[in-house]
Amino acid sequence: MDFLQPRSWADALAARAERPDAVPIAGGTDLMVDLNFDRRRPGALLDLGRVAELREWSVGDGAGGGRTVRLGAGVPYARIVDELGDRLPGLAMAARTVGSPQIRVRGTVGGNLGSASPAGDAHPPLLAVGAVIEVESAARGARRIPAADFYTGVKRSALAEDELIAAVLLPEAAGPQQFCKVGTRNAMVIAVSAFACALHPDRKAVGTGIGSAAPTPRRAPEAEEFLAGELDSAGLWDSRGELPETLARAFGERVAAAASPIDDVRGSAAYRRHSLSVMARRSVLWAWTQYQHDLRKAA
Amino acid sequence: MSTEAGTRTTATSSPGRVGDSPLRPDGTLKVTGEFAYASDLWHDDMVWGVTLRSPHPHARIRGIDLTGALTVPGVTAVLTADDVPGENAVGLEHADQPVLASEFVRYEGEPVALVAADHPETARRAAARIRVDYEVLPAVTDPRRAMDEDAPAVHRPGNLVRHLRLRRGDPSVTAPVVVSLDVEVGMQDQAFLGPESGLAVPAEDGGVDLYVATQWLHVDQRQMCLALGMPADKVRLHLAGVGGAFGGREDLSVHVHACLLALRTGRPVKMSYGREESFFGHVHRHPAWLTYEFGAERDGTLVYARATVLLDGGAYASSTAAVVGNAGTLGLGPYRIPNVAVDAYGVFTNNPPCGAMRGFGCVQAAFAHEALMDELADAVELDRVAIRQLNGMREGDRNITGQVIDSAAPVAELLQIVSELPLPPAREDGADLRSLPGSVGNTTHGEGVVRGIGYAVTYKNVAFSEGFDDYSTARVRLEMTGGEAVATVHTAAAEVGQGLITVEQQICRTELGVERVVVHPKDTTVGSGGSTSASRQTYVTGGAVQAACAAVRTVVLERAARILDRAAADLRLDGEKIVGASGEVLTGLSDVLGEDAVEETAEYRHRPTHAIDPQTGQGDAHVQFAFSAHRAVVDVDVELGLVKVVALDTAQDVGRAINPDAVVGQIHGGSAQGMGLALMEEIVVTDGHVRNPSFTDYLIPTILDMPPMQVKVLEYADPHAPYGVRGVGEPPTISSGPAVAAAVRAACGKPLRRVPIRPEHITGT
Ligand SMILES: Cc1cc2nc3c(=O)[nH]c(=O)nc-3n(C[C@H](O)[C@H](O)[C@H](O)COP(=O)(O)OP(=O)(O)OC[C@H]3O[C@@H](n4cnc5c(N)ncnc54)[C@H](O)[C@@H]3O)c2cc1C
Repeated sequence: MDFLQPRSWADALAARAERPDAVPIAGGTDLMVDLNFDRRRPGALLDLGRVAELREWSVGDGAGGGRTVRLGAGVPYARIVDELGDRLPGLAMAARTVGSPQIRVRGTVGGNLGSASPAGDAHPPLLAVGAVIEVESAARGARRIPAADFYTGVKRSALAEDELIAAVLLPEAAGPQQFCKVGTRNAMVIAVSAFACALHPDRKAVGTGIGSAAPTPRRAPEAEEFLAGELDSAGLWDSRGELPETLARAFGERVAAAASPIDDVRGSAAYRRHSLSVMARRSVLWAWTQYQHDLRKAA
Repeated sequence: MSTEAGTRTTATSSPGRVGDSPLRPDGTLKVTGEFAYASDLWHDDMVWGVTLRSPHPHARIRGIDLTGALTVPGVTAVLTADDVPGENAVGLEHADQPVLASEFVRYEGEPVALVAADHPETARRAAARIRVDYEVLPAVTDPRRAMDEDAPAVHRPGNLVRHLRLRRGDPSVTAPVVVSLDVEVGMQDQAFLGPESGLAVPAEDGGVDLYVATQWLHVDQRQMCLALGMPADKVRLHLAGVGGAFGGREDLSVHVHACLLALRTGRPVKMSYGREESFFGHVHRHPAWLTYEFGAERDGTLVYARATVLLDGGAYASSTAAVVGNAGTLGLGPYRIPNVAVDAYGVFTNNPPCGAMRGFGCVQAAFAHEALMDELADAVELDRVAIRQLNGMREGDRNITGQVIDSAAPVAELLQIVSELPLPPAREDGADLRSLPGSVGNTTHGEGVVRGIGYAVTYKNVAFSEGFDDYSTARVRLEMTGGEAVATVHTAAAEVGQGLITVEQQICRTELGVERVVVHPKDTTVGSGGSTSASRQTYVTGGAVQAACAAVRTVVLERAARILDRAAADLRLDGEKIVGASGEVLTGLSDVLGEDAVEETAEYRHRPTHAIDPQTGQGDAHVQFAFSAHRAVVDVDVELGLVKVVALDTAQDVGRAINPDAVVGQIHGGSAQGMGLALMEEIVVTDGHVRNPSFTDYLIPTILDMPPMQVKVLEYADPHAPYGVRGVGEPPTISSGPAVAAAVRAACGKPLRRVPIRPEHITGT
């Protein structure tokens, strides 16, 4: 097995084009498991660890006047937790639940996207904030894929054979975000089900992301529209009054309805659906309470 | 005496005698990653062995075509059942398991063929090219169906491994208060961190030396000699670094396989399982189905107990019969019960073989008798501590096999202690997520969280039972080396991480009054040390080391007596000196020993145990009993079914703590393992197939699942045991799980009759 170690993004793209049998490796926390179990036997490994651009994040102007974080695909979870908790609270909360400290030091969002597992923890918060994945190939240059279009099947994505993931573009949080993950032990556990929500008061919109409860990570569009509409018609976005428990509950039920879970060794389909409704209800109430207390922006 | 975990100072500077806590010699190496485990074994010139295993739970082998494997460059040997020179049958209690399957495979993962090659990768690829022609047969995978008339027979003559029938008093007596329940216990794995590994080195005399991680060198050797068709002096075993055992290394794994390949190739052969293979490479804890009924007076005093216990033994006998023995004779817990009817069964199925695991039959039963004791408490409106104290066994009582409990049985006291330990503070608003159910999964900020408290108590037999000739051998040598007295202790008793080597050193220091004690590598050039299981090594091998030291001391003091012209009875050995009755130094040890070494070998046997009556189950089956109690405090998110164990406190009588730190370590680890079974640890088997053979989906507790513990250690010396010791390793694994399960039930108000308790059992979805 060859080990390719490009030192720049351009070299990485060139290597990707020249060696179709090469598999990219970032933190290696998914890929090495596959290699150790002999599930994959690539002709070469394309190590992205020396490509400095991938390990950086920056903030720029985004669409609609907001600010956008450009998160390099190779920024490990530990740094997201330490450095981006204020700008990307949902993703940082998700990052905090990934594996163990050792895994968080190595594992990356780019790798989570590369694997595109329905249980990947980065996906729900990306969906909830409408993140965009920037991918690039030597032949066709860069293109941007909305997160909601990125996941195409169980462990399949819209990434083409000759492309690499460059970065994820996420709007800087304009309102509260939450992430919840159920597992059968209190650390180091793959999600039985997961849920992310984001309030976008600037657009009077609600974002959602569901994990581990469908063949792909997915949004719950009906629940999003329902809640945003109800908040709007009750004037709650402006008044910041109480979010009625019944409304949160109805939102939770709609989130659960958006899932299509299976029974497996980690949990039953019925439990996955049930837990989603609970997580969605609780987390939207937390987010709303945060919104109510967010005096800085209320002024 | 009672000590609290952590409050006793670790005595690095102490002399390291009995009752001290000297640092273990392997401790620093393990923490720094330098300890050589069996998987680190290496020999120049060695080749790698791998095992081809059955993909089917039950099939007939019509033929095996090795051509594909033999033609792979680098392959040095490919072996099947035809290449086993001796008996193609091994087994701990019954030799019923083929070394390599010949006509039938009886469980998924059963070894069928072996390959040796110059690289493990080459060996694996070659093994994948072996073509086995299987005729898949109907499998028995539900043990409740195993004894049905029409069930396929796993072995001739049928699927019953053992039925233990126990009757005491009047089994048909009635009582005013009756409670009953059914309980189911899932299949737990030992989940030791060091997978099975060994290195077989062929010797010039035609024999073989095997370096292997195991629990009992001599029982391995006995089986290997039969399979290899070689005498014991040609099959020599050496203990390699063991990364945990918990019962999972009592049966053979790589042993015969590696030797077969080494003898065939004439090269050293290393075999080392990966994590997935390890799940197929050792026995598991028996899953159990238990039906229990208690009858009591209106004040809660037990009148009778009736119980049926069914254990799934899987495809081969392993130690199922002995586990049935424990589940039957001890399966009603440490209670006074005048009238008893117990039927315990172990059956064959085409599921993975089950055998020894820490707690050995008592673990499964405790989930049933402790849940039922809570039911009884509720029925007679007593609290859960009081009902246990009312019925708890006391010294001098007879247990359900009629055996007199002839040393301390402090059931009531242990419960009193745990019930009076400080409770954890109430949960605060805004508490750190890590202290809540679901942890950083951020699933609750307090919503739905209910606290529950549960109690459980157990007693467990120590050492081997039912008439087994259970002994250990120790050889101790005392000599002067470089001006210093050095004792060398040689036993074949396996150190599996529990700290036996430290205990052996402590006993030598205490008995011989020397500082330096060398522990000879464990091997079969000394007599059997018996099994490192049944909480027995400090007791039985400790007894042998004490006896060997005494024999050495006698020789030395007799020599000193001659030199000093005094009576040997008035002399003692202390600090490398011969001292008189009032402690006055008479001469140095070096003057007595000179250039000579004094070496003595001793065997130690505990008091004999006896077979039980086949009709009534009555008899003195056990030699010693160890008692422990736990109190668990849990926070349950009742809406999501997630659990945070907030406190898991315990009290245990250890007779005498030879090494108090090691005792507390055993109690911590055992408690975690019991809690794991209550909440998460299960090998999920569907139609004979293991669905989660990995640490991704076989979950064991992490540091965020295990709370800090308050540990109270009682030391009521057992007058029949060396130093008064009582086995320590197993009781915590038995009483912790039922206490946790009881606490979860108390929090959520559901019966929860199956463990591990899964979130969906709590939520009902
Ligand atoms: C013990 C353990 C615990 C874990 N716990 C969790 C958990 O709690 N939650 C969770 O979501 N995951 C978990 N994982 C899985 C893993 O850590 C994550 O999926 C992580 O995000 C993978 O990132 P990586 O950088 O290590 O990816 P790698 O393993 O390096 O790569 C993963 C895949 O992505 C591809 N890839 C990587 N970077 C790029 C790129 N820039 N462009 C194109 N393709 C790319 C690779 O080719 C490969 O197919 C765990 C893994 C382990 C071993």
